[in-house]
Amino acid sequence: MKYDDKKTIVIGVIGSDVHSVGIRILDEAFSEAGFNVVNIGVLSSQEDFINAAIETDADAILVSSLYGHGELDCKGFKEKCIEAGLGDLILYVGGNLVVGKQDWPTTEKKFLDMGFDRAYPPGTLPEKPIEDLKNDLGIK
Amino acid sequence: MELALLIDIGSTYTKVTAIDLETVELKGTAQAATTVAEDVNIGINKAIEELRAMGVEPTEAKHKLACSSAAGGLKMIAVGLVPELTSEAAKRAALGAGAKVGHVFCYELTDDELDQITKYSPDIILLAGGTDGGNKDVIIHNAKKLAELKVDAPIIVAGNKTAASAVEKVLRAASKEVYVAENVMPKLECLNIEPAKKIIREVFLNRIIYAKGLAKVSEYVDSPIIPTPSAVMKAAKLLAKGSNNEAGLGDVMVVDIGGATTDVDSAATGEPTKQGVTLRGLEEPFVKRTVEGDLGMRYSALALVEEVGIKNILKNYLPPNIEEKMLVEYVEKISKNTDYVPCDDIEKEIDAGIAKAATDLAVKRHVGRIETVYSPFGAAYVQHGKDLTQLNYLIGTGGILIYGENPKEILKHGLYDSSQPDILAPENPKILLDEKYLLSSIGLLSEIVPDKALRLAKQYLKEI
Repeated sequence: MKYDDKKTIVIGVIGSDVHSVGIRILDEAFSEAGFNVVNIGVLSSQEDFINAAIETDADAILVSSLYGHGELDCKGFKEKCIEAGLGDLILYVGGNLVVGKQDWPTTEKKFLDMGFDRAYPPGTLPEKPIEDLKNDLGIK
Repeated sequence: MELALLIDIGSTYTKVTAIDLETVELKGTAQAATTVAEDVNIGINKAIEELRAMGVEPTEAKHKLACSSAAGGLKMIAVGLVPELTSEAAKRAALGAGAKVGHVFCYELTDDELDQITKYSPDIILLAGGTDGGNKDVIIHNAKKLAELKVDAPIIVAGNKTAASAVEKVLRAASKEVYVAENVMPKLECLNIEPAKKIIREVFLNRIIYAKGLAKVSEYVDSPIIPTPSAVMKAAKLLAKGSNNEAGLGDVMVVDIGGATTDVDSAATGEPTKQGVTLRGLEEPFVKRTVEGDLGMRYSALALVEEVGIKNILKNYLPPNIEEKMLVEYVEKISKNTDYVPCDDIEKEIDAGIAKAATDLAVKRHVGRIETVYSPFGAAYVQHGKDLTQLNYLIGTGGILIYGENPKEILKHGLYDSSQPDILAPENPKILLDEKYLLSSIGLLSEIVPDKALRLAKQYLKEI
């Protein structure tokens, strides 16, 4: 039993990325949707996400990346989660994940192969991952 | 005359300082061997007799206050979950309460770690872990482990509030003395150590001072006895913030080089001083204390040499006439004979060199650092810990600085070094010396007469 029954999610912008506006919008949107949001902000390392998830007993981690280096920054994320005892945690990633005009299905596959449960292309509105997360966590 | 007697019961010496509060004047100081094993008052009375011989009439004292680091000080163990998060928060709470922290443990406690706790024989164990509503499994696991301990130390629970009652139940069932405080980290990276500190203080007063033979002092003094490091932190805070009628000095840092440890206290927010810096990591307390157990003049001199390296000490902290052999022999001598006082110039030089290395490392570990991150949009800066580059005052205390020959040269090693621009040490502070050993007295007085305590500090801390 959580003390407020809400599901906890950790969100943040990974790597050397300083885009702070989008993460605030996601914070607002997920809070509004009834999640307990732990926003670790910009310039977050994989360890920052994982440590935050351990202490807060999070149900999901949502990684944001907007500067094109997402693939490099997210490499080994799932493996580290498994090492930290968070193997069952739901992992999403979204943003401008790669540089240039690569086609989305290829990019998506790349991130799903890395162990992310879902990946979202640029231009996705918050409603989509909110709906998916509710489904994945079994929230009606 | 409005006389105040300030008693500092140290591990070896009991020091009594007499202050005339009317004129804000130091009337005298005297010391005698600490006598906690028999009756702590014997040592105190001896020192007081000495004051009487100097013409101070102690029976006229209007205020009598005491602090203590005798009988090992306040020995604590801190337990948390993630090293950088709740373990660090628990450690800061214990240090902030003036404790000596023997070990800090994280994740699930192991049998080996339980043995280490038993061996250290702490006065208090602080158990944290999980944000409020966060992880419960680990703190409950650790409570079960601590329940098995033979050690009879009180346990203060300051973790996830939703696990607190379960944790309390586990420990009570094992007949442990349990206190529950607010979580040291209720939300991620949000530090809340005051409630835990308050309970540590209460447990110290109601229980520990009896165990340590200090209770008799309480009959003599008129307010609760506190751990000496707490008194120094109170002094730092008063100096920085000022009192109602007396302006403070701005941001201060105290460096206390002792025989076993080097302690650094900063009273400053430590917010970024440069533009465009992102702060990361656990929130910093305004008064932050760090204690370096491997940096000291005597008990930990060997550990210091090991940490810094002989070549490094010779090159950076000692004049060229000192050779490796002299250093090694001297360090061996002083770590065996911890009361040793240097006899000749060479020994004094080596002592100063050890103090320089201790200051350098202790300050480096205390202050924050800045990291430059190169992103496709140019450089970005990330700060961890406190930015103390614009610090106003650096204050030195401890035997080597007070009785040594060149305290300023030693303290300068705690300043910003342009070859290591990532370390946010003070750039150009004024340097003060606590030459009359008054910091703990100032801290004690700050509780009852803050204006006068601050005036006393301004008068007796000497700029060097």
